Amino acid sequence: MDPALDITLTVNGTAVTRRVAARQHLVDFLRDELGLTGSHVGCEHGVCGACTVRVNGEIVRGCLMLAVQADGCRVETVEGLSDSQELAKLQKAFHEHNALQCGFCTPGMLMAAQDLLASGKKPSREDIRAHISGNYCRCTGYQSIVDAIEQVIRG
Amino acid sequence: MGKAELPLHAPGTQLDRGYIGQSVPRPNAQRLLQGRGAFIDDLRFPRLAHVAFFRSPYAHARIKNLQLEAARKSPGVIGVFDGRAVAEYCTPWIAVLAHLKGIRSPAQHAIALERACWQGEACAAVVAESRSQAEDAVALIEAEWQELPVVVDMEAALEGKTVIHPDLGDNICFKREFDTGGVDEAFARADVVVEETFHFGRHTGVCLEGRAILADYNAGEHSLTVYQATQAPHMMQDVFSRHLGIPEANVRVITKDVGGSFGIKVHVYPDEMATAALSVMLRRPVKFVADRLESFVSDIHAREHRCKVRLAASKGGEILAFELDDLTAIGPYSVYPRTSGIEGNQVVNLTGGPYRHQKYRAKMHVVFTNKNVTCQYRAVGHPIAVALTEGIVDIAARKLGMDPAEFRRRNLIADDAYPYTFPTGLKFEKLSHHKTLDLLLRTMNYPALRAEQENLRKRNIYRGIGLAAMIEVTNPSPAFYGVGGARISAQDGATLRLEPTGMLTVMCSVTEQGQGTEAVFAQIAASAVGVSLDKVRVITGDTGVTPYGGGTWASRGAGIGGEAVLQAGRALRANILDIAAAILKADKAELDVRGNQIIHRLTSEEKIPLSEVGRVAYFRPDTLPQQFQSELTVTRHYTPREYPFTFTNGIQASWLEVDPDTGFVRLLRHWCVEDAGTVINPMLVDEQIRGGVVQGIGAALYEECLYGPEGQILNGNMADYLVPMAGEMPDIVCAHVETPTRQSQLGAKGVGEAGTAGAPGAIMNAINDALAPLGARVTAMPFTPEKILKALGKV
Repeated sequence: MDPALDITLTVNGTAVTRRVAARQHLVDFLRDELGLTGSHVGCEHGVCGACTVRVNGEIVRGCLMLAVQADGCRVETVEGLSDSQELAKLQKAFHEHNALQCGFCTPGMLMAAQDLLASGKKPSREDIRAHISGNYCRCTGYQSIVDAIEQVIRG
Repeated sequence: MGKAELPLHAPGTQLDRGYIGQSVPRPNAQRLLQGRGAFIDDLRFPRLAHVAFFRSPYAHARIKNLQLEAARKSPGVIGVFDGRAVAEYCTPWIAVLAHLKGIRSPAQHAIALERACWQGEACAAVVAESRSQAEDAVALIEAEWQELPVVVDMEAALEGKTVIHPDLGDNICFKREFDTGGVDEAFARADVVVEETFHFGRHTGVCLEGRAILADYNAGEHSLTVYQATQAPHMMQDVFSRHLGIPEANVRVITKDVGGSFGIKVHVYPDEMATAALSVMLRRPVKFVADRLESFVSDIHAREHRCKVRLAASKGGEILAFELDDLTAIGPYSVYPRTSGIEGNQVVNLTGGPYRHQKYRAKMHVVFTNKNVTCQYRAVGHPIAVALTEGIVDIAARKLGMDPAEFRRRNLIADDAYPYTFPTGLKFEKLSHHKTLDLLLRTMNYPALRAEQENLRKRNIYRGIGLAAMIEVTNPSPAFYGVGGARISAQDGATLRLEPTGMLTVMCSVTEQGQGTEAVFAQIAASAVGVSLDKVRVITGDTGVTPYGGGTWASRGAGIGGEAVLQAGRALRANILDIAAAILKADKAELDVRGNQIIHRLTSEEKIPLSEVGRVAYFRPDTLPQQFQSELTVTRHYTPREYPFTFTNGIQASWLEVDPDTGFVRLLRHWCVEDAGTVINPMLVDEQIRGGVVQGIGAALYEECLYGPEGQILNGNMADYLVPMAGEMPDIVCAHVETPTRQSQLGAKGVGEAGTAGAPGAIMNAINDALAPLGARVTAMPFTPEKILKALGKV
C-alpha cells in the first residue's frame, strides 16, 4: 500500500484532518477527498494553471504540491473565495465581459487575477497579461479576461 | 404581418427585435465562475471504477504477448482486459462515407487486437477502484513486441514502399481530382504565373479539460447512461447502441459542462468506446478522463498538409486560374464516423474561394501514416485553403507590383453577383466580400498603417501587414454527412414549455461547450414568446430530454438550433394567445404577449400576466370552453435544405513586427470583419472570433506535434508543445457586416470557426510582408524563430 500520513490543515476556513497517501497532489486531495471540485486538473505538470489555489496567502499550482506539504497550512480555493465574496468583483467583471467560455480555466484564472489585485499595484494592460501568462485558456483569446481584470483594477 | 410574428431577421427595419442583437451576459457562466460547474471528473457515483490504458510505446508493432497477471494482482484492481476481451462486447467500425468516393480504411477496434499502428494506441485496459491504482497496475503489464516498419513521412506514405495495411495494397485512404477544364489554356495566356508550396504543421486541440466519459450500465434494465464530454450526444447514442448491442432507447447520453471541444470531442474514440464496453462487462459505472500526456497521443490531431499551388493572372491584375496539389496524412485509421477525408476535401472545395476566376484544377491525396489519427478540428480545412490561397494571392500581387488590398478588390466576387456558383460547384447565397474589405481597411486605417510601416523600415524596424479574405462553410445540410450514410443529424429541434408561473423552459438538441448556445437560445426564445430574459431556463445535452439533433459542430448551433427555437417560440406564442383569448373572451387578433403580460395589441394595455394564463391552463382548465385544449409545450425542428451549406465570408488583417536578429514575431494588432448574418449576441460573437483567432495564431506561430523518424511524438506535453498564452497575444478588433440568410427567419449564419479559418493566413502574409525588404519568405507553419532565421539565411 501507499505510505500514508496524517495531516491537519485549514481549508477555506475550516480545520480538516485526513490520512493521505504521501504521493497525492494537493489538487487531487482537495477534489477527491474534500469534494472541492472547483479547482481543475488540466495538465498535471505545472504549465496550465487550472489547479491554482492559495496556500498561506500565495498562489500555487495544486498539481506541483503534495497534500502532505500542506500540513499546517491555510488553503483557499475558488469555493471559499466565492463564499467569502473576495472574488465577487472579479466574478462580476468576468461575467459582464464574457471573460470565460467553457469555464475550465476560470477558477485558476480568478485565483491568479485576485493575486494581482491583492498586490495593490496599478498594473498596465501588459502587466496584467504577464501576470496571467501562466494560466492557459483555449477559448477566449485572453482579451476579455484582460478587460475584466483591468476594469476591476481601474474601479 | 401581426406583431405575434416578429420579423426578427430584418436588420435595418424599425421592427422590434427583442433581445436579438443585444450583448447579454451568459446566465450559465455564473456557476462556472464560482467553481460550481459539473464537468465529468466532478461527478461522484457509488461503485465508480476508473480505467487506465496500457498504450503502445511503438508506432507500429505486433503484440506477440501481453502479460496481464501481475496487473490483475495489483491493489485495487477490478479487472484487466485485452483487445479480444473488449471486442466480445464492442464491435469494430470502419470510417468511410459513400459520398467520398473510394475512401477506405481498415476496421478499428476499441482496444488493439494484435497490432498497434501508432504510439499511444490502447492495447489493454485496467479497471481499478481509483485512477492511481489503475495506473500502478498498467505499469505492471509486460508486452512482447515485434516491431514493424513505420511510415512517418507523408511523401513516403504516398510512394508506398512500405504499406501499413497490406490488405489495402497501398497507403492511400482517399483521393480526389477536380477540373473545370480550360486550366492549361488559362495558364498559357496568363501574363503572370506564380507558384509556391506551403506546409501546414500537424497540431491538436489541447482542450483544457481532457476527453472524459463516465459510462453507467444498468444490467437490470439493460440500459446504458453515458455522461460524456461530447459535442454530439445523439450521434454518440446511436454509436453506443449499435456497437454495444443495446437498444437505442436504452442508451442515454448526458453532456454537462464541457471544458473546451473545438472539434476534438465530436469523434468516436477507441478508449471511450472501451470505457462504455467495460461498464457493460463489469455492470458498474466506469470513468475515463484522458490525462494530458495521453491526450497528446490519443486526441485527434489535425492539418499536416503539403500544398503546392499555382495562380495565373493577367497583367491588369485579374486572377485567371488556380491549380492545387494537396497531400495530407491522417495516421493509420480514418476516424469514425465523420472520416478523415473531410479536411482534404474541404481544401479542394474552398481553395480560391473569395475570388471570381472560373478555371480551377485540383488533386488531393489522403494517406495513412503511423502517427496518431487526424480528423476534423475547428475550421476543418479552412485555415489551409485560406492560407494557401491568400499566400499565393500576395505573391501574385507582389509580382504585379500591386497593393495586396487593391489586388483583392479587383478579384473578390462582386457583392451583387449572388446567387453565385463557384467553380467547384459550391453555391453561395449571398456574400459581402467588398463590404467587409472596405470596412476592414477603414477600421484598421490601412493607408496610415502602410505609411507607418514605410517610415519604420527606414529605421530597420520590420513590420508587416497581412490580409486574409475567406469563405466559410456554416449551417450544413445533410450534404455534409447524412448523404454519405453517416447517422449524424443535420436537423435540430427545440421544445419550449410555458410553466404555470409564466416561466419558459427551452430544451434544445444543440449542446453548450462554452460558446454561449444556451444564452442565445434564451434570447431568441424570450424574444419570440414575449417574456423577459430572466424568465427563461435552457436545458441542453441530454438525449433523454431534448429533441433529436446534431449538436455542436461546423458552425451550426445558432443558425440551425436557433431557428428551431424561434419557430417553437412563435408557435408557443400563438398557443398562449389562444388561451388568453379564451380566458378574456376576446379576439385573439387583438392580443399580444409582451413583457410577460398579455396586452392589447393596439393600446398596449396590460390584460393578464402569463402566470395567470399558466394558472388557468394547468390548474383550472374547467373554466375554459369544453372543446378547448391548451397546448403550452411546443416542439419545432429545422433543417437547412435550400443550399447544401450556408456560406459566410469575412476578412482578417494582422499587424506584426519581425525581429530579423532573433526571428521572433511580435503581434501588435489583429482585425476581423465578419459577415455571420443576423448577430444574435454581439459580445458572444466577438468572443467566438477572438478565441478562434488566437487558436489560429497558435497554428501559425507555435503549435506542432513533432514526430521523430521512429514515429515517436517528441513534444507530447504542455512544456514542449507551445500554446498561445496571454503575454504574447494581441488585442483583436472585430467588426461586422450583417447579410442574413434568407433560408431561415432568424437569418443567422455560423461564426464559431471564422477566427481560426483566417488567422494563420493573415499572420503568414504579415510575416512575409515584413520580411519582403529582406528578400525572405516563409511558407511552413508554424513560423518559429528558427524557420524565420533560416529564411533570412542567418542559421
